[in-house]
Amino acid sequence: MVQTKKGFEAGVKDYRLTYYTPDYTPKDTDLLACFRMTPQPGVPPEEAGAAVAAESSTGTWTTVWTDGLTDLDRYKGRCYDLEAVPGEDNQYFCFVAYPLDLFEEGSVTNILTSIVGNVFGFKALRALRLEDIRFPVALIKTFEGPPHGITVERDKLNKYGRPLLGCTIKPKLGLSAKNYGRAVYEVLRGGLDFTKDDENINSQPFMRWRDRFLFVQEAIEKSQAETNEIKGHYLNVTAPTVEQMMERAEFAKEIGTPIIMHDFLTGGFTANTTLSKWCRRNGVLLHIHRAMHAVIDRQRNHGIHFRVLAKCLRLSGGDHLHSGTVVGKLEGERGITMGFVDLMREDYVEEDRSRGIFFTQDYASLPGTMPVASGGIHVWHMPALVEIFGDDSCLQFGGGTLGHPWGNAPGATANRVALEACVQARNEGRNLAREGNDVIREACRWSPELAVACELWKEIKFEFEAMDTI
Amino acid sequence: MAMKTLPKEKRYETLSYLPPLTDQQIALQIQYMLDQGYIPAVEFEKDPKPTDHHWTMWKLPLFSANNPQDVLNEVRECRQEYADSYIRVVGFDNIKQCQTVSFIVYKPGVSRF
Repeated sequence: MVQTKKGFEAGVKDYRLTYYTPDYTPKDTDLLACFRMTPQPGVPPEEAGAAVAAESSTGTWTTVWTDGLTDLDRYKGRCYDLEAVPGEDNQYFCFVAYPLDLFEEGSVTNILTSIVGNVFGFKALRALRLEDIRFPVALIKTFEGPPHGITVERDKLNKYGRPLLGCTIKPKLGLSAKNYGRAVYEVLRGGLDFTKDDENINSQPFMRWRDRFLFVQEAIEKSQAETNEIKGHYLNVTAPTVEQMMERAEFAKEIGTPIIMHDFLTGGFTANTTLSKWCRRNGVLLHIHRAMHAVIDRQRNHGIHFRVLAKCLRLSGGDHLHSGTVVGKLEGERGITMGFVDLMREDYVEEDRSRGIFFTQDYASLPGTMPVASGGIHVWHMPALVEIFGDDSCLQFGGGTLGHPWGNAPGATANRVALEACVQARNEGRNLAREGNDVIREACRWSPELAVACELWKEIKFEFEAMDTI
Repeated sequence: MAMKTLPKEKRYETLSYLPPLTDQQIALQIQYMLDQGYIPAVEFEKDPKPTDHHWTMWKLPLFSANNPQDVLNEVRECRQEYADSYIRVVGFDNIKQCQTVSFIVYKPGVSRF
């Protein structure tokens, strides 16, 4: 029914008159967003919040006559709640509800272009950070998500009841394809499940992608035959163009490799979603690296929190995603990290402010993405990692494998032995937080590879009790 | 310690890098599985390849097992009948609708450790 309207009145109208609606109750089909908003001095929070809602949905700075041809109430974003951030001056959590029809089905690109587009440069704001998004089930169901998900990956790999183990091959740049393949073979034959291309290895003059893929595949097949366990290497198909990316992926599949890799932020969400759908069609697992994430998520007041990037990646598609390691970081970060780890791999996650989760998220059976803990970890960290991440994770020891005094294969064995000793001990009811170092020391008695690793790297103190108090 | 080259040795996934488990150690692993609410089963295979996702199932999953001994008895029986086969205990989660556990409990060969 056509509504009766006033004539067009040109001019600049306060956003809050249209877009600040504190009485609004969000619908189950709305996409909800929580922004950490720092208005410029003198801008009232209601006006700033309304501006965020407007600029990320239907609004523009001045009234236009074509507004009269649409139903703004149906399409506008609404700032429905504002909360002062505790302990901060002039900073607010701004909650915005967006109607479902604002977004194209199955497009992470479109969602982000809409809600973290122009608004982040908006003059009335000093800073803006997207803290969390609630994707409505109606929208989730338009995505395929991870090409396989955690349970299918385990079934394909024949690996159950323990975290997976990986290792990034180093030095990150400069090895020839054949030498690189040797390093891969030695790691895999020692007992790790995966090796990984470093993210900045694409196809450089010292090692072209096709040569690397072939030598690595030979290493996978040889180590698999010798150890009798399934092996893989994340072959990085990130490329200058989508066509080249797909060419590399097709070749990887042709030679029978089980898993490939993509950098989702530098490569972009459109490329990532294309690749993920291809992986699903072709039965190839997809490991996702997150180069550039810290540019976007590191500042507390401005940018996008990693939990949002992780949720977006789960929708776009990826079987693995790097999550950080928790170990050795500040205590409070454990809860926050495990919050977004749950958002990667669980089907239903409850709102929990202490873990940075602003909205309950129902994934409606979308497959889960396996978190990858990588960087600066070694055998002594194993008990903490098993305790914190549990079985559905991939633990990656780069230097912690390749830096072993006896080389890659014994280094890999040391990690595998440490992992299995921890899994065994945990299942026997031992407390890894308290007895972890004992568990490792006991295994050193019968594993010379582990004993040597334990001499090289220093024991760590895993203060479990303190970490629990966030 | 003098440097050693890692010998080539076939492995059988989870817990196969540990010394062979004693019956008591196996019982503790099974107890953990039962505590999680998983359904245990026994599988065996004479010459398993890494890509053999399915080993032959010993009887049916032990839906009514409520203590480790029920499972260990089946492992023992399986070992007597198929002494030349590898045997593993697996676990199913009927809520998540997937397999969650698999570990090796018997190898006909000799392990390095």
